[in-house]
Amino acid sequence: MAAITLRVNGQTRQVDAEPDTPLLWVVRDLLDLTGTKYGCGIGRCGACTVHLDGQAVRSCNTTVSAAAGKSVTTIEGLSPDGSHALQKAWIAEDVPQCGYCQSGQLMAAAALLATSPKPTDADIDRAMARNICRCGTYDRIRRAIHRAAEGGEG
Amino acid sequence: MTPVTKLDRREFVRLGALAGGGLFLGVYVPGRLDAEAAADGLAEFRPNAFVRIGTDDQVTIWLARSDMGQGVRTALPMIVADELDADWSRVTIEQADAHPSRYGRMMTVGSGSVRNGAWMPLRQAGAAAREMLVAAAAARWTVAASTLRTENGRVFHDASKRSAAYGELADAASAMPVPEKPRLKDPSAFRLIGKRIPLVDTHLKVTGRAAYGIDARTPGMRFGTVVHPPAFGDSVESFDASKALTVKGVTDVFEVSQGVAVVADNTWAAFKGAKALDIRWKSGGFAMSSDEIFRHFAEMGEKDGDSAVNTGDAARALAAGTKKVTAAYQAPYLAHATMEPMNCTADVRGDRCEIWVPSQNPQGAQSEAARMTGLPVEAVTVHVQYLGCGWGRRSQTDFVRDAVEASMKVRAPVQILWTREEDMQHDFYRPAARVQFEGAIDAGGRLFAMRVKSITPPFGGGGRGVDRNSVDGLVSHPYDIPNVAIDYVRPDVAVPVSYWRSVGPSQNAFFMESFIDEMAHAAGADPVEFRIGMLSGQPRLKHALEVVRDRSGWATKPLAGRARGAAVVMDKGGIVAQIAEVSIESGRIRVHKVTCAYDCGRIIHPGIVEAQVSGSIVGGLSAALYGEITIDKGRVAQGNFNDYPMLRFNEMPVVDVHLVISNEEPGGAGEPALPPIAPAVANAVFALTGTRLRTLPLRMTGAQTDGPS
Repeated sequence: MAAITLRVNGQTRQVDAEPDTPLLWVVRDLLDLTGTKYGCGIGRCGACTVHLDGQAVRSCNTTVSAAAGKSVTTIEGLSPDGSHALQKAWIAEDVPQCGYCQSGQLMAAAALLATSPKPTDADIDRAMARNICRCGTYDRIRRAIHRAAEGGEG
Repeated sequence: MTPVTKLDRREFVRLGALAGGGLFLGVYVPGRLDAEAAADGLAEFRPNAFVRIGTDDQVTIWLARSDMGQGVRTALPMIVADELDADWSRVTIEQADAHPSRYGRMMTVGSGSVRNGAWMPLRQAGAAAREMLVAAAAARWTVAASTLRTENGRVFHDASKRSAAYGELADAASAMPVPEKPRLKDPSAFRLIGKRIPLVDTHLKVTGRAAYGIDARTPGMRFGTVVHPPAFGDSVESFDASKALTVKGVTDVFEVSQGVAVVADNTWAAFKGAKALDIRWKSGGFAMSSDEIFRHFAEMGEKDGDSAVNTGDAARALAAGTKKVTAAYQAPYLAHATMEPMNCTADVRGDRCEIWVPSQNPQGAQSEAARMTGLPVEAVTVHVQYLGCGWGRRSQTDFVRDAVEASMKVRAPVQILWTREEDMQHDFYRPAARVQFEGAIDAGGRLFAMRVKSITPPFGGGGRGVDRNSVDGLVSHPYDIPNVAIDYVRPDVAVPVSYWRSVGPSQNAFFMESFIDEMAHAAGADPVEFRIGMLSGQPRLKHALEVVRDRSGWATKPLAGRARGAAVVMDKGGIVAQIAEVSIESGRIRVHKVTCAYDCGRIIHPGIVEAQVSGSIVGGLSAALYGEITIDKGRVAQGNFNDYPMLRFNEMPVVDVHLVISNEEPGGAGEPALPPIAPAVANAVFALTGTRLRTLPLRMTGAQTDGPS
């Protein structure tokens, strides 16, 4: 095992992990931040999406060594109290059904809004196509992203 | 109010004891005494929820169903709270642990949480509690109960301008007799039912705080996974754990009844250890591949089956028809592919066992754990976690068995999580199916004879005769056809199969509604009007079709390169008509728009129903366009979302959902909108190209376009 230093949700954390361990399992099993989900393990479903230095990445195929020294944001760090414009919009639109993929959806959408504050439908399609929702909440996700972009919160 | 003088098993409400005071009501729901319930030792009439009103004004409602995204955590308490005239902001919802009898049947399947018995009993429970609170207030103020009214968690006596909160009355109310037939509200007085109130748990789901199965944590818990045999029916012959044990973090490798388990300090180490395992499998002899399975079905299709429907004289009528159409349809096995792979956390120690599991079947989990440990069911506690989708997969208990055995072996709490590949390759699949049709049109252009033969492995496995689920959606067709024969042939293939969202109709609607479309074209009729003309006894279906016809612009020409197709289905108390508008882009089917009318009787929460309808269409499109599990020498060829794709964001059509306002009894909402989408798309493809797609998934290339031989 190797001691690796990460900055997670604004806090410096030391973890003892094999360098090839995916960031997903470090945040879930070692740091007990269980909001980030396992869906496929091959970067094809997006349930594990987190931010690495502000970029949306799939934490299931990002090794902890690749994240060393970088800033990691998980759903728990998107806002301290669920007050991110997207979280409010998700509540206003009642987006989640089972909800399992929604941490990943929110993190993907947050990365999109950070670079495109007023995304078009085509921008949203591009940014969100890597995230599967088995319940089929795509319609409401789109509405919620537009709502957040327009500053509407509820 | 009529006091109950004698409590018997048929009563639906009963007083329970409540530590700390307050009013505590158990709700008795008459359950169905089917074979399954009997096997679980469940009797006919049992409670299915508990209501508590605390002296602190808090109303607690126990939810004894599993919420996998279909919104029962909000919708069921709404029903109780409305009749109770509770202050919704003071209602909290508790997920009930498994109990063999207290809540009745806890299995959450078949879009049944509202329609299968909960609607009236939950209303009665709320109304009974309200009447008891009113009785307590009447006694306190020595006024007639009829002079009192309730609103928002208080009882009011307007004449004297007095009021009391429910919490103040709760203790006295629990001493009041339980009304046998509490007066229910006139629906016009509903305050919550029918309203789009915010769902109760969205804030947990947008902050990562909702605890799914894989989020269960208990002190000393270890992380593990299980490698199951690659081919169905195979078992472990021997294994070499030495390489797996060199993976840092791996502590234990051992055989369990369904495979080989690897337990470690963290999930990744367990997954890595599992990959490093060297296992020799003993063959169970099953080595069929999908093409052989379908050839087998075709051979079985030559045999006589068991009769499921026989009205009129189909054989004679077919011979007399002026236009005859013969067609064979086919659908592949499908995996559930829930977003959260199968998992369970178990802590077995000595005289007790505690389980945390995302389950549609907590009682099944409880009895499975009892069987494995030899403990009585009372010693097994099952906590129902949030479910990362269900789709029917979580009504099984195989993943519970893995976790219980692992915990027994390592003598510590263990969370067993399957990899996505294990999940996809060790499912209980929607059965592959072949359905053969013959239909005849008479001189008047009427579909007057239809003969159908279904060759479908039984959804529940085993058994004899007609499998009810396998022919559901065929025998339940809504049309006026004077001569109909539907036969069922039961193939025996070792691929495990079971319920998949909407069950029989999920594929039978594709077969039936595509064939009806073929008959409409054979009759030279408009496919929507052809259907409407055969729905004399089904005004609600007729109305749904008329709604989508008018809203979709069916009579107008679509944009160049596009065409529309229709389908209508009646399933699990839901009536649904859909019109899909499609084009072909680079040889692929593109669905642009789906217009849907949905009638499920009285709606508890329109926002939930809309979400279920839209989500069912997305799920149905994934199956229609992509869903295919193939069997290769006894094992599943697919393993992950790269080779078992799902509809993605950029492929999402415009979905226009029209909910029919209705005072009929509530029907199902979670499944019925799934079945019609595949035939609606296939019928649109025919309208566009003249190619009749008779095989799922719908593909424009290769032999797939022609259907099975």
